[in-house]
Amino acid sequence: MKIAVQEADFDVGAELAALTRGQPAVGACASFVGYVRDRNDGAAVAAMTLEHYPGMTEKALAAIVDEARGRWDLLDVTVIHRIGRLDIGDQIVLVAVTSAHRGEAFAACEFIMDYLKTRAPFWKREETPEGARWVDARETDDAAAGRWGEGGRR
Amino acid sequence: MTVTVLYFAALKEALGASSESLALPAGVATVADLRAHLAARGEAWGQLASFKNLRCAVNQDMVPLTAAVKEGDEVAFFPPVTGG
Repeated sequence: MKIAVQEADFDVGAELAALTRGQPAVGACASFVGYVRDRNDGAAVAAMTLEHYPGMTEKALAAIVDEARGRWDLLDVTVIHRIGRLDIGDQIVLVAVTSAHRGEAFAACEFIMDYLKTRAPFWKREETPEGARWVDARETDDAAAGRWGEGGRR
Repeated sequence: MTVTVLYFAALKEALGASSESLALPAGVATVADLRAHLAARGEAWGQLASFKNLRCAVNQDMVPLTAAVKEGDEVAFFPPVTGG
């Protein structure tokens, strides 16, 4: 398991290779990459800054990955989340999951992202033409995390 | 009882504070009590009482406002998270 909270960019190809190379049991690798987009809530976005809660962030991400490993048979997981100032098109987050079969990998990858969105202490501050603003949490994110229920598989 | 209190993101900005070590009076037993104690400082701190969807963590675990606070705890207040 690799969990990293960092200012530096990441190389998706290298991260996926690190998860899969020399791992004969791996039959599937599902990954998600989040990017900074140029619009949010009706306003143009020029850049954003990500703040986090050092210490708790890593602990929360590890707990989310542990929860996923309890629900599905996973071989390995990588979560990388960037902090600091990011420009349009920059990579924000990578979640990559390996397993024997695709079903487990797809589900666990989506689960980890849904939980990260509501449980990991990161906050986005956007730069718009009207000035900087903190991004509001979305109810749809709570709904996405809630649909996984307690403990079971979807 | 002394605790460390941390504030993040929009809340940190609204309060003009990021962290403090705080000696608590008797009777502050939960995170909700601590919030009320801080809000009673008045001015910007009053926002703590009405802050929408205020979240909190004790010793880096997200907990409900009803959670207990003990000597030496690290208590954090923050808005709903928006990472990913």
